[in-house]
Amino acid sequence: MAVDAPATLPNSAAKVGAPRHHTLVFFALLLIMLVAPFVLYPVFLMKVMCFALFASALNLLLGFGGLLSFGHAAYFGIAAYVSAYTAKVWGLPPELAILLGTAAAAVLGLLIGALAIRRQGIYFAMVTLAFAQMVYFFSLQAPFTGGEDGIQAVPRGRLFGFIDLANDLTFYFVVLAIVTGGMLAIYRIIHSPFGQVLKAIRDNEPRSTSLGYKVDRYKLAVFVMSATLAGLAGAIKALVFQLASLTDVHWTMSGEVVLMTLLGGMGTIFGPLVGAAVIIGMQNYFASFGAWVTVLQGMIFVISVLLFREGIVGVISRWIKKPL
Amino acid sequence: MSTAAAKDDIILSAQGLTKRFAGFVAVNGVDLAVRRGSIHALIGPNGAGKTTCFNLLTKFLQPSAGAIRFNGRDITSLSPAAIARLGVIRSFQISAVFPRLTVLENVRIALQRRRGDSFDFWRSEKVLSAFDEDALRRVDEVGLADYAAAEAGDLSYGRKRALEIATTLALEPELMLLDEPMAGMGQEDVARISALIRRISANRTILMVEHNLSVVADLSDRITVLARGEVLAEGTYEEVSGDARVIEAYIGAGHE
Ligand SMILES: Nc1ncnc2c1ncn2[C@@H]1O[C@H](COP(=O)(O)OP(=O)(O)OP(=O)(O)O)[C@@H](O)[C@H]1O
Ligand SMILES: [Mg+2]
Repeated sequence: MAVDAPATLPNSAAKVGAPRHHTLVFFALLLIMLVAPFVLYPVFLMKVMCFALFASALNLLLGFGGLLSFGHAAYFGIAAYVSAYTAKVWGLPPELAILLGTAAAAVLGLLIGALAIRRQGIYFAMVTLAFAQMVYFFSLQAPFTGGEDGIQAVPRGRLFGFIDLANDLTFYFVVLAIVTGGMLAIYRIIHSPFGQVLKAIRDNEPRSTSLGYKVDRYKLAVFVMSATLAGLAGAIKALVFQLASLTDVHWTMSGEVVLMTLLGGMGTIFGPLVGAAVIIGMQNYFASFGAWVTVLQGMIFVISVLLFREGIVGVISRWIKKPL
Repeated sequence: MSTAAAKDDIILSAQGLTKRFAGFVAVNGVDLAVRRGSIHALIGPNGAGKTTCFNLLTKFLQPSAGAIRFNGRDITSLSPAAIARLGVIRSFQISAVFPRLTVLENVRIALQRRRGDSFDFWRSEKVLSAFDEDALRRVDEVGLADYAAAEAGDLSYGRKRALEIATTLALEPELMLLDEPMAGMGQEDVARISALIRRISANRTILMVEHNLSVVADLSDRITVLARGEVLAEGTYEEVSGDARVIEAYIGAGHE
């Protein structure tokens, strides 16, 4: 059967550049977030944003690199400790505290990633979990983490020496700017030549190798990027709540961020944001139910896995037949 | 052919290639010599060790013993990606496309190798559209132009195989290793892919595993017959098809 060579390229043959509807959704979200602190508590919203970035960082690794890390609390937590410690004990300004916290997560990601990427599938998840547990016990024992108490009453300080972050609303817009930057960075990574190879490795690792790609290097690179962005989220979170504690490095934190990603839709751009908002919103508004929140969370997870495996945004994306 | 000339013409060779899996020898002392520019077929009953041979030659498996040479160079200790970079590209028995990339993107990911490594995560993927035209031409070459925008995972089995060949070809490999390229294809596809393989073999070497013996007879210059991990016979189609041991191996395995 002879097929005439088409004179022009089908429009969607290569998903190149940002589709217009992505830009639209981005601006709509930004608009909502600009108005939101005048309606909802800024601290609550900042928490949502930190976890949205955290989940997006995990999603970069899981949804686009095909690597399930079950120990991402390690990077989130270590960054929280480092930024809390340097801000409180060393008296560093917030921008430097956040930078150092993020850098610590990057280094930790490089160390753990280099060892973890040698394993595949469930073994990879187990190795990341095992290392995260080591980080947890280190945090429990190390002298500078404050043990069970954590590091409390962390000063938010003045950004660049003159923007006082003690004001929630001021801090809110700073966090919004950082998280937006982080999201744009993730978006670019996904839609770069590197991201294209990443998706190929996710889809078929042996085939990528057979085409000459050194897959381990790409996997390590995305692992470090993901850990770094998770660290950025943790560092901000420590300053927002003025607290870094064992909760931040606990394995339940690793589980929660996986849950957010799956619930929102892994491998989508906006899914982790939705997942984070739903879970944090639930924890916040159902706080009076006490321990039942965890049960409720578990039920939501089971239902979402049974009913829509692609996650909330994944399902919407299928309905409107557009990648989100 | 004189031995001296033939020796110089060998692009890929293996000596004493052996692979043991926990007490079981899948490939046992296989000697192989693939002549440059030829289509060399590796045939044998199911479980003979053909795919394992491919995995050893491309280093997807570490040989238990033996040496592999490509263009006279010992490549036994190289990594699979390094061997691919030398121009030895394999396909897989189980169709190996990138299911969530489009057909065009599947081929483009191979063309993208021309940039070298793609660690530039800060650059827009728009730079890759430079490869789109070439990718589309290659997609068209295997009859998939109408599906350029479709996700590869949605293609029929035969079309996936065709896409795989287009992707492999996009690297302009010096040596292609095709593991059952026609398996699961309809008559029409077999004819088209046969013609394609013949056409592309003009300036490269092909080593292929294929169960369709009429395709093997039609395409290959030389055939190596493998059974129980060992070389049973080697020669032209006429030579090996007349070999009593080959006939017995095939009948013994319930073939033909
Ligand atoms: N990873 C492995 N571990 C253990 N045994 C294996 C492994 N891979 C292959 N084998 C065994 O080695 C033998 C040769 O397998 P191989 O896949 O190479 O055969 P083949 O000639 O390609 O067969 P087919 O025509 O069915 O594709 C088989 O008995 C198989 O079960
Ligand atoms: Mg096989």
